[in-house]
Amino acid sequence: MFRYILRRLLQMVLAFFGTTLIVYALMFAGQTDPIQALAGERPVTAAQRAYLTEKYHLDQTGVGGFFYRYFDYVRSLLQGDLGQSLTGRQIGDILQQAWPVTVKLALIALAVAVIFGVTAGVIAGIRRASIFDNATLVLTLLVLGIPTIVLAPLAQYFLGVRWPVFPPTAGAEPSFYALLLPGIVLGSLSLATALRLTRTSVAENLRADYVRTARSKGLVKRRIVGIHVLRNSLIPVVTFLGVELGNLMSGAIITEGVFNIPGVGFNLFRGIRTEDGPLVVGFVSVLVVVYLVSNLLVDVLYAVLDPRIRYE
Amino acid sequence: MTNSTVQPTPASATPEGGHLLEVRDLYVEFRTSEGVAKVINGVSYHLDAGETLAVLGESGSGKSVTAQAIMGILDSPPAHVRSGQILYQGHDLLTQPEEQRRQVRGKEIAMIFQDALSALNPVFPVGWQISETLRTREGMSRADARRRAIELMDLVKIPAAERRIGDYPHQFSGGMRQRVMIAMALALNPKVLIADEPTTALDVTVQAQIMDLLADLRRDLGMAMILITHDLGVVAGVADRIAVMYAGRIVEHADVRSLYRAPAHPYTKGLLESIPRLDVRGQELATIRGLPPNLMRIPSGCPFHPRCPYVQQVCVDVVPHDLVLGDGRTSACHFAQEVRDDSAR
Repeated sequence: MFRYILRRLLQMVLAFFGTTLIVYALMFAGQTDPIQALAGERPVTAAQRAYLTEKYHLDQTGVGGFFYRYFDYVRSLLQGDLGQSLTGRQIGDILQQAWPVTVKLALIALAVAVIFGVTAGVIAGIRRASIFDNATLVLTLLVLGIPTIVLAPLAQYFLGVRWPVFPPTAGAEPSFYALLLPGIVLGSLSLATALRLTRTSVAENLRADYVRTARSKGLVKRRIVGIHVLRNSLIPVVTFLGVELGNLMSGAIITEGVFNIPGVGFNLFRGIRTEDGPLVVGFVSVLVVVYLVSNLLVDVLYAVLDPRIRYE
Repeated sequence: MTNSTVQPTPASATPEGGHLLEVRDLYVEFRTSEGVAKVINGVSYHLDAGETLAVLGESGSGKSVTAQAIMGILDSPPAHVRSGQILYQGHDLLTQPEEQRRQVRGKEIAMIFQDALSALNPVFPVGWQISETLRTREGMSRADARRRAIELMDLVKIPAAERRIGDYPHQFSGGMRQRVMIAMALALNPKVLIADEPTTALDVTVQAQIMDLLADLRRDLGMAMILITHDLGVVAGVADRIAVMYAGRIVEHADVRSLYRAPAHPYTKGLLESIPRLDVRGQELATIRGLPPNLMRIPSGCPFHPRCPYVQQVCVDVVPHDLVLGDGRTSACHFAQEVRDDSAR
């Protein structure tokens, strides 16, 4: 296990450099004149141009220049310096403000998925082909079928504007209550998937041979389902939810955009729109690390949950 | 054996000299979307305290389904018990409410299964699984249950039981896993042990060890045993009586000796002739022609008639009743006498 984790960590280093390189390349490849992009519509004086060219090492051209700038960037990144965005703010500061909001949102979404998705999934799995099972099937297909870009504005309009149960937008430093509706919208997708996964897993495990054994032992049904079946059924579900949490942590661009939540996704999207290269690359670099770490944790968790899994 | 908690079944537990366990005229069918499969068609057999009954038959003959009906663990739907009785100590299990039947499972009648790897729960340690009924049904403390689990593992001869109690099923070999299953089934000192093809998934050498273990345990603990198998070789040394099943019926029922000496049903005869023998060389192995019947369309008359070398018109038309041959032998064949005399020659 220890050697496995070590190997994974080494792989993560490679993956980290690989992804940052690609994102760095993509973000700056499209730019014709980054200095003009920085200034927007305003004219740039020769002195400013010379200053910025030197600051960002733009005098070096071609592939060599690109790698020069990339390694320069990575060097400061490894020192914990994410650099400045084109708006002049420290990217580290922006991230520090945005992250807690996104984490809160992610946790609400995950809680929604766990509480409703897993519970309903267990019931549907036990009562296969019942009205409840079929109703959840239709509902989950509906949710899975509607893209967030449609679902989020709909929820906002009906539950925020038409019948104002929730605040329609969150704004700066949002409260828990303001994040509830976006959290539910964001979590509904994970909820639907978690429900289907739980249902299938429970239904499958109920037919397993060890259930027959448990019955022949004269155990009460509650114990057979609640302990024997559930413990086995939840292995894939917990794994899925772990990966899902990793995804949610990296921000929800659409949901945060629609509900005006100043989280990671919101800032990232603004960065992409305004061609703020340093911001995008900085954010993505951190997100890559979060994603890699959360995936490693899920794999380790998987081995803990299922004794048959052994990592070499 | 050091097991002091075992109480041999007192004779009074079975009223008026009846049997410990008796299946009477059981009918079970599987209702599926493709139709109704008649899996058990009037099975009757009995088991007395301390004896071993072997139930023999090909896959699909209904031997396991009968056992699951006794245990009350049939998957219904699709399984449906149409009629019949299953008397345990004189009481019909089939009419009892589920809660009462549950009490019988494991404590009075226990069962072990063919493939111990899938029959054990993969995510719990074996000790936990063995002691589960002790904790939940006997209210034993964790420490006591653990101690008893180690005792049981010793009883079924799992080496280093104390060290292995925390291991998971997949960490054991096939034979050891089946021993774990047996230990688990014995936890509550059942009076009847149903072994459903306990050695089918095992290597030949391990098969013999498990059969010996089961025979020893049955004797030492004073249990009665129903041994379900399709392997005639397994039966000979262990069973007292044999019930041969075909297409959901018992076609022949006899004590082991006389059945081996002179089978009185063409199907049993075919089975015995298809065992490879070391003393007869250079002869082609006899087989039973044809295939087991489709349970959705069981042949008319005697269900074995399409495969039977003794077949006559009467076999196609009339369902044979059990013919009593003396010595407690029965055979459901119109020509039982002839077959037996043929075999004896």
